Amino acid sequence: MHCHFTVYRYDPAADEKPCYQEYEIDAEPTDKILDCLNKIRWEQDPTLAFRSSCAHGICGSDALMINGRIELACQKLVRDFKSGNNFVIEPLPLFEGVKDLIVDLEPFFEKYRQVQPYLIPGQNDSNKEFIQESENQEFIEPALRCILCASCTAGCPINRAHPAYLGPAALLRAFRYIFDSRDSITEQRLEKIDSDDGVWGCKTMWWCTEVCPKEIPITKCLGQIKRAVKQNAKKE
Amino acid sequence: MVHPYDVIIVGAGLAGLRAAVEIGKDAHVAVLTKVFATRSHSGAAQGGIGAALGNEEEDHCEWHMFDTVKGSDYLGDQDAIEILANDAPRAIYELENLGVPFNRTAEGKIAQRAFGGHTRNFGEAPVKRACYAATRTGRVILDTLWEQGLRRGIEFFDEFQMLSLVVHDGQCCGVVAYELSTGKLHVFKSKAVMLATGGAGKIYKTTSNAFASTGDGMAIAYRSGAPLEDMEFVQFHPTGIYKLGILISEAARGEGGILLNNEGERFMERYAPVFKDLAPGDMISRCMLEEMRAGRGIDGQDYFHLDLTHLGEDVIDKKLAEITSFARTYAGVDPIKEPIPVQPTCHYMMGGIATDADGHVIVDAKNTAFAGLYAAGECACVSVHGANRLGCNALLDTLVFGRRAGIAIKAFIPSATRPKLPARPEKKDADMIKDLMNSSGKESSGPIRAELQDSMMEHVSVFRQNDSLNTALKKIAQLKKRYQDLSIQDKGSCFNRDLLDAIELGHLLDLAEVITRSALNREESRGAHSREDFPERDDKKFLVHTMARHDADKGPQIFTKPVTITKFEPKERKY
Repeated sequence: MHCHFTVYRYDPAADEKPCYQEYEIDAEPTDKILDCLNKIRWEQDPTLAFRSSCAHGICGSDALMINGRIELACQKLVRDFKSGNNFVIEPLPLFEGVKDLIVDLEPFFEKYRQVQPYLIPGQNDSNKEFIQESENQEFIEPALRCILCASCTAGCPINRAHPAYLGPAALLRAFRYIFDSRDSITEQRLEKIDSDDGVWGCKTMWWCTEVCPKEIPITKCLGQIKRAVKQNAKKE
Repeated sequence: MVHPYDVIIVGAGLAGLRAAVEIGKDAHVAVLTKVFATRSHSGAAQGGIGAALGNEEEDHCEWHMFDTVKGSDYLGDQDAIEILANDAPRAIYELENLGVPFNRTAEGKIAQRAFGGHTRNFGEAPVKRACYAATRTGRVILDTLWEQGLRRGIEFFDEFQMLSLVVHDGQCCGVVAYELSTGKLHVFKSKAVMLATGGAGKIYKTTSNAFASTGDGMAIAYRSGAPLEDMEFVQFHPTGIYKLGILISEAARGEGGILLNNEGERFMERYAPVFKDLAPGDMISRCMLEEMRAGRGIDGQDYFHLDLTHLGEDVIDKKLAEITSFARTYAGVDPIKEPIPVQPTCHYMMGGIATDADGHVIVDAKNTAFAGLYAAGECACVSVHGANRLGCNALLDTLVFGRRAGIAIKAFIPSATRPKLPARPEKKDADMIKDLMNSSGKESSGPIRAELQDSMMEHVSVFRQNDSLNTALKKIAQLKKRYQDLSIQDKGSCFNRDLLDAIELGHLLDLAEVITRSALNREESRGAHSREDFPERDDKKFLVHTMARHDADKGPQIFTKPVTITKFEPKERKY
C-alpha cells in the first residue's frame, strides 16, 4: 500500500535550521516503521540518518516520534496507525539533535551513571551461591524490562522544565538496585535520591508510563521509591 | 588522532565486556563499539545459559560436556568443551554476585529449565540445565556487565567502527577506527587487541541477527592473516517468526511448546522419538524442511505452527514474557490462544577466528599464536560448538572464554613492550574512504547486499550440494566485482550510513565466500552442514576442522586442523 512519509531533516554542518522532507513509498501493512525508513534510505535517500540495530524492540536504539507520539520504530507496524497512511517522523524531544533522527543521549546516560547503577553485594565470596527470594526477584522484574531507549525521559514534562531532575529512566534503575535484596547500600541509595532533583522531582504525571514501549509501570515504581525514602527518613 | 592504551577490546557484547571487567584497573583498557554498548546483539539472547548447577534435578558437568560434544557432532575440541562445562557453575555464581537477576526456585536458588540437546546421564532424557531471566537472559547479563564496566571506570568509545588492525612485524599493535559522529579516523595503539565483534547473520536474508551483525571482526582478522575456522557451520534456528526471522527462543519448547505441521501432527515425534521437540536445532530445522518438501507446511507454505496454548497464561507470562509480546506485535497472534507461525532463521555462526582456549588467535594447525591478537565470543572459534551449537551454550561461551582471554591479556601486558607503529597506519583506510567517497561508480550497497542475502539463503542454508554451492560462488564473485564499482551518495561526515553500509558489505562478501568455499570442501554431512550429495558423516576424511586463509589473488585457501578428542569417541548421533 502507498504511504506518505514526512521526515524531520537536520544536518548541523550544512543546514541553518531543520526542515521536513516528503517521501512516497510502497509498504505492506505488516511492515515496521523501521522497515519503511530503511526503504527510504536504501531506495531513495541514502543520506537519511537514524539509529537501529536489533529491529525487534530489545536493543533500544530507535526511539523516535511517530505522528507526535514517542515510539520504537521497530515495534510499530504500518497497520497499527489509523492516520490514512500518512506518517510524520521526528526525533525524540528533549535531547539535542545530532543529525536528522539521531539525538545526543550523553546527558541521558550521565543521569543514569549518577544512581550507581550496579550491585554493591552484601556477600563477599563471588564464587558462592547468592540466594534471592523469588518474590524479591519478581518485585524488581518490571525494571528489568528497561532497554534504555530514553523514551520515558524524553516524554517526561518535568525533565523539560527541570533539567537537573534525574528523570524516570535513571530512577527506575535506582529502583532496581534499591529493592534487590542482594544489595548492601540501600539506605545510602535512598538518601541520595531524597531531593527535588531526585525522586521528588516526579510529580506523578504518568507520561513516562504512557510512552514506555516495554509497558513498565514506571510511575508506580517511582511511587514505591518515594514510600521507601519516607520510611527510611523516619527511621533516622 | 592517536590514542595509546594497553588493551583495545573491539565489541561491547558479553565476551568483550567480560574481558574488560576481568582486566579492570590492572591495565589501561578501552572498549570500542560500533553501536552504543547496551545495543550489542548479546542483548537479544533470550532463553538461558547452561550450567550443571543441579538446582532443579540431578546434573553433572560431565553430562553437560558429553551433550556439548554430541551436539557438536563430535567436531568440537573436547579439551575446550571440558573447560566450558566445568567452568559453567562458577561463571553463573559469579554473575549472580555481580547482580544478574535470574528467575528463582521456591528456595531462592537460580531456576533452571530444559533446553534442546541437554540431557541427563549421557543422553537418557532432557535435563533442566538452562539458568534464565524470563526470556531476556542476554539483555540482563549485558546490562549487568556494562554497569560493572562503568563501576570499574572502563573507557568506552561508543559508535566507533573498526576499519582495520594495525599489524607490524607480525604483531598486532592497534586498531584503526572511524568515528560515526564526526567521520574522523582514530588510531588506537596498544600492546594487545581483543576482537569480540559477534556474528554475521546479515549474510542471509532471513535472520534473527541485528543490523550490526556483519562479521566485521571476522573479516578484518581474516584480511590480516588470521585463518577462519569451520565457517561452513551456520546455525539455522528452527523457530523464527514467519517471514521476519525474529527469534522465538528454544525456551518455548523447553517449557513444553510443540511444533505442528499442516495435519496438526507433532511431527518431531517421528524424527526424534525420545527428545521430540527438544532435539537439537540443526536436526529440527532439517526435519522442518523435509516436512515442507513433503507438502506438510502450514497451508502448503514454508512455515509451521509453534503451539504454546496448552501451557497456560501463567507460564507464558512469567517465563516466556518477551517472546509472547513479539508474537503479538509482529505476527499478530496471541500465543495463549493460538499457535505462532515459525520457520528456520539464520541465528549463529559456529565458525570464526581460530583461537586456543585462552583467547589467543592462532595462525596455523599447530596453534602458533598471532602475537598481540585475541578473540572470544561468536566471532571466535575455540572450538566448543563444532558442527552445531546447543542452545544456551553461546552465552556461556562468551563468559567463560571472554574471561579467559581477559586473564591471558592481563598476564601478557606487564612483560609486553608497546610495539612501534608503522608510519601513518591509517593511510590505507583513509585512502579507501576517499576513493569510495569520490567514486563515480554506478552501484550502491542496497541491491548488492540484497542479492547476496538471497543467494546465500537459496544456495548455502540448511541443505547444500555441489551445484548450488558453485552457483553461489559464481554469484559472490560477480557481486564482488560490482562492489568495486560502488559509489557513496552521502557526502557528509556525520552518521554517514551510506559509507558504513558499504564497508560492512565488504565484510559480508568476504565471509560469504569463505562460508561457501568451506562448505564446498566438506563433502560430508555433519551437524548444521547438510550436503544432499554426501548425506553421511565421514569421520575418516572429515573429522577435522576446516581452516580458511586469506589470499587476495586466489581467494580462500583451505587447510585442516585436527580435532581434539579426549573422553568421548565419535558415535552415531541420535536423539
